[in-house]
Amino acid sequence: MGDLFWILISAMVVNNFTLSLFLGLCPFMGVSSRIETALRMGMANIFVLTITSICAWFLNTFILVHAPYLRLISFIVVIASLVQIVEMIIKKASPTLFRQLGIYLPLITTNCAILGLAIFQTNRGYGLFQGLSFAIGAGLGLTLALVLMASIRETTELADVPDLAKGTALTMIIAGSLSLAFMGFAGLMSSS
Amino acid sequence: MSRTTPTEDLLRGIWKENPVLIHMLGLCPALAVTNSVANSLAMGIATFFVLVGSSLLVSLLRKYIPHEVRISTYILIIATFVTVADMSLEALVPTIHKALGAFIALIVVNCMILGRQEAFASKNSVGRSLLDAVGTGVGFIIALVMMGAFREILGSGSFLGVGLFGSSFEPWVIMILPPGGFLTLGLLLLGLSAWQRRSAGEGMA
Repeated sequence: MGDLFWILISAMVVNNFTLSLFLGLCPFMGVSSRIETALRMGMANIFVLTITSICAWFLNTFILVHAPYLRLISFIVVIASLVQIVEMIIKKASPTLFRQLGIYLPLITTNCAILGLAIFQTNRGYGLFQGLSFAIGAGLGLTLALVLMASIRETTELADVPDLAKGTALTMIIAGSLSLAFMGFAGLMSSS
Repeated sequence: MSRTTPTEDLLRGIWKENPVLIHMLGLCPALAVTNSVANSLAMGIATFFVLVGSSLLVSLLRKYIPHEVRISTYILIIATFVTVADMSLEALVPTIHKALGAFIALIVVNCMILGRQEAFASKNSVGRSLLDAVGTGVGFIIALVMMGAFREILGSGSFLGVGLFGSSFEPWVIMILPPGGFLTLGLLLLGLSAWQRRSAGEGMA
């Protein structure tokens, strides 16, 4: 169990997907201007990452042993279609949930965080449960980064920043400082 | 879309509509692998290859791809070229392949490539699509190498692995670590908008 816990913590803060591996930057830049949207985007991400992890494990264990060169293509196709199917099921089963997460699902179906998770999981040889805790950790990490970023951006909107720095440049520099702060968590791993 | 000359197709992507610096596309690789010039160059060339290859194929097949499934078709074409690039790099330069790691495979989801297929290659002839892809690809390489040079010179005091400043130089380790990527791009964008503002101001005066 301790092993699973460390995988989760490591994916969440030490090797945070957005701030130290640069995965999933598009939603990070795009929807991080309001805390509420950021939170929903994070939830949708956790959801898709979990599905991805199960898919990747299944494909790796049962199918790709025979044809490793098809890995990329099959990951993309299977993950994208499964997310679509789940999206339809949610739409039928729980319209409220769909309204909360729905519009974000197509946006993240295969962004780099999702495919990145599948590839990292394969490269590290994680099993089903290790993969799941990796996925949940990564999702929580993305949510954390999104919400932190959104709260900072809500404040900077009211602040008097130089015209020159408004927009992406400022966001980048804020992200740099956040990433610097997250590097502090690296100590957590080596001491354990 | 307004008609453009072939020269414009080629030059547009290089600077005026640079994918990374102006359109903010393909940010993940631009930030993740630019901690040295050699890595940036390898990543740039791999992306260039995938972009040109898939543009060629998409524009060749543009009349046969049904509109409803075009995005999935583009992704399949791109994924095929990425698999080729991944395996060739692994065979030719194993050390760089190791340093780039999963990011070679992640070229598939580089929004810049899909963006060019959807916006240009699917609507234009083979020759013009190739010119457009070459221009955009070169623009991507330029942006990556700029960032890689900035980060390697400050962060390791070297350029392409050759020491520049002698032993008295204290490297800014932070520049080759993840925060350095964000900071470098932020500063680059600041410099760019300052420069644009200055040239716009001169134009009016």
